[in-house]
Amino acid sequence: MVKNRLIETGVGLFVLIGFGALLFLAIQVSGLGEFYQDESFKVTARFDNIGGLKTNAPVTIAGVEVGRVQDIHYDPEEFRAVATLNIQNRYHGHIPDDTFAKILTAGLLGEKYIGLQPGGSEDPLTQGGEITITQSSLVLEEIIGQFLFSKSQEPLP
Amino acid sequence: MDQLRQNSLVRIRNLHFSHGDRVIFDGIDMDIPHGQITAIMGPSGTGKTTLLKLIAGQLVPDIGTIEVDGHDIQRLPTSQLYKLRMRMGMLFQSGALLTDLDVFDNVAFPLREHTRLNNAMIRKLVLLKLEAVGLRGARHLMPAELSGGMARRVALARAIALDPMMMMYDEPFSGQDPISMGVLVQLIRQLNRAAHISSILVSHDIHETLQIADYIYMIDGGKIISQGAPQSLQTQQDAWTDQFIQGRPDGPVAFHYAAPPLADDLLESAP
Amino acid sequence: MIRFITAVGHSTLQLLTSLGRASLLLLAMLRGLPSVLKRPRLLIDQMHSVGVLTISIVSISGLFVGMVLALQSHHILSRFGADSALGLMVAAALIRELGPVLSALLFTGRAGSALTAEIGLMKATEQLSSLEMMAVNPKYHILAPRFLASFLSVPLLAALFSSLGVLGGWLVGGVILGVDEAAFWGGMQGGIDLRNDLINGVIKSITFGFVCAWIAIYQGYDCVPTSEGVSRATTRTVVQTSMAVLGLDFILTALMFNH
Repeated sequence: MVKNRLIETGVGLFVLIGFGALLFLAIQVSGLGEFYQDESFKVTARFDNIGGLKTNAPVTIAGVEVGRVQDIHYDPEEFRAVATLNIQNRYHGHIPDDTFAKILTAGLLGEKYIGLQPGGSEDPLTQGGEITITQSSLVLEEIIGQFLFSKSQEPLP
Repeated sequence: MDQLRQNSLVRIRNLHFSHGDRVIFDGIDMDIPHGQITAIMGPSGTGKTTLLKLIAGQLVPDIGTIEVDGHDIQRLPTSQLYKLRMRMGMLFQSGALLTDLDVFDNVAFPLREHTRLNNAMIRKLVLLKLEAVGLRGARHLMPAELSGGMARRVALARAIALDPMMMMYDEPFSGQDPISMGVLVQLIRQLNRAAHISSILVSHDIHETLQIADYIYMIDGGKIISQGAPQSLQTQQDAWTDQFIQGRPDGPVAFHYAAPPLADDLLESAP
Repeated sequence: MIRFITAVGHSTLQLLTSLGRASLLLLAMLRGLPSVLKRPRLLIDQMHSVGVLTISIVSISGLFVGMVLALQSHHILSRFGADSALGLMVAAALIRELGPVLSALLFTGRAGSALTAEIGLMKATEQLSSLEMMAVNPKYHILAPRFLASFLSVPLLAALFSSLGVLGGWLVGGVILGVDEAAFWGGMQGGIDLRNDLINGVIKSITFGFVCAWIAIYQGYDCVPTSEGVSRATTRTVVQTSMAVLGLDFILTALMFNH
């Protein structure tokens, strides 16, 4: 009987540990539930080109992570991409509404993320607000294209 | 004899069975009567164990029918077959105890599976069955701690736990010392005489089998060579039966495996 | 030439019949699942011998695999100045591939082979036969609980493997090599997607659990009931499961991450 109890406890512990590990992977590793609705507020930003930005990418101000990209979709009327950003509640009211949003790359090969650069406005961004000043992701092919174009414009020596 | 046939518990007709290319039974008729000990004898490898498995419906014959208590075993749906098996007990050669359960739980196993008796009742029944085989004191041992003879006795207690109408014994005496052999002979006889359990005994131990069997079938090469009561078999003139019962090394069953004459073999130059 | 063709035909037929037998056995076990759920005791005992006793080997392996992964990745990533991707790299490798695959292989080595040997021995010592004679179906009573226990244990073990691997990676990357911890976890959380990565990884390990359980039990049940037969069956379990897991992993990866 004592042995049976031990076995049952062992199996119970095993199942608990297994599901605990799954929970750990879901929350800590894949970042699920990092910022729930009650702890964050949403703002949107429109970009001409998101160039490889993914949902769950970090949103930073001065290099500090303040939120995550929650959703990205395409607006067929404006022909632009709309990114919904989840910003932590403690920054609610502290980000000016003329903030500038840029899509940046971490390192040479790293993931894309959004960097916010606060402007000088007195009015803050609030839940449901929109960031109007944005800069799209730098697309390498376009930069090279522009470079070649400007070269060809130069007068021949 | 006709009376006996009417009364038979197991009725086998024209049984053919082969395992791959090897023919094991080649047309066997057999009747096992109620309330008696019927022995099936023959040399090793004649498929005596196979016959028990056929009777229990674990194997299916190629041709022929097997009826147990009036039911055609092959035609029986699985659920009915399982119901019938609850009334059959089988003692396996190795005992076949479940190695992860102790003696008590092994004997209790069929009761727990097939009855709704409460624990106190099961305990009483198990202790009674173990008492019958003389191993009530060994109920906390694990199968690995038992000697071969004890394991067989526990298996016997387990086989009779549900009070079957018939018992099948697969080589119960092989590999036993004389004392355990005597114990088993006595137990089999008691179960038959006192509890009226019809018994089928498969064995090649002549002495013990002649002692307790009421009727004996001799099988060799897939056929029944001879049959009869022990006394009539002992006086039979059939050469094969005589050789088997007397245990002579040479006779119709030759000592030498078929080969060309020795001289030819020796003189033949190596290739 | 004719002999060669005969041999090929013969082995193909053998493969087909054994596949058929394995499928019939699977069906019988699935039919036995309700009766297992009615008697949780059988399942709990098997979860113990199949799952609990495998925890130690899976945890230790997971920890070390994660640590090695972090060491190697850091070596290469630091050349490109992409240290911050270390967490992502370790976690992605573990969750998508190494967790499900390695835990299935470890499971086979530890528990699958033991299952085959146990069932094979039960067959060799006529225990399965004696159950049938006691009107108890061994497929329901012996095989089905073992199948369910293995099937449930493998995904849990894979999750444990991946989690400890991530922790091992953090230990080496964050604590020893000094990669910025916020970047380590942030990059991981940014790059790992719940549906694409984690759920797909879990689907993989569920598939592997099914295959591990099926092969181990079939080999035990179908073995030649002698000591030699049992030892051969055990070897076959490990070989066939490993090949099946690796092959299936390729197919599943192609299906899941192909966009």
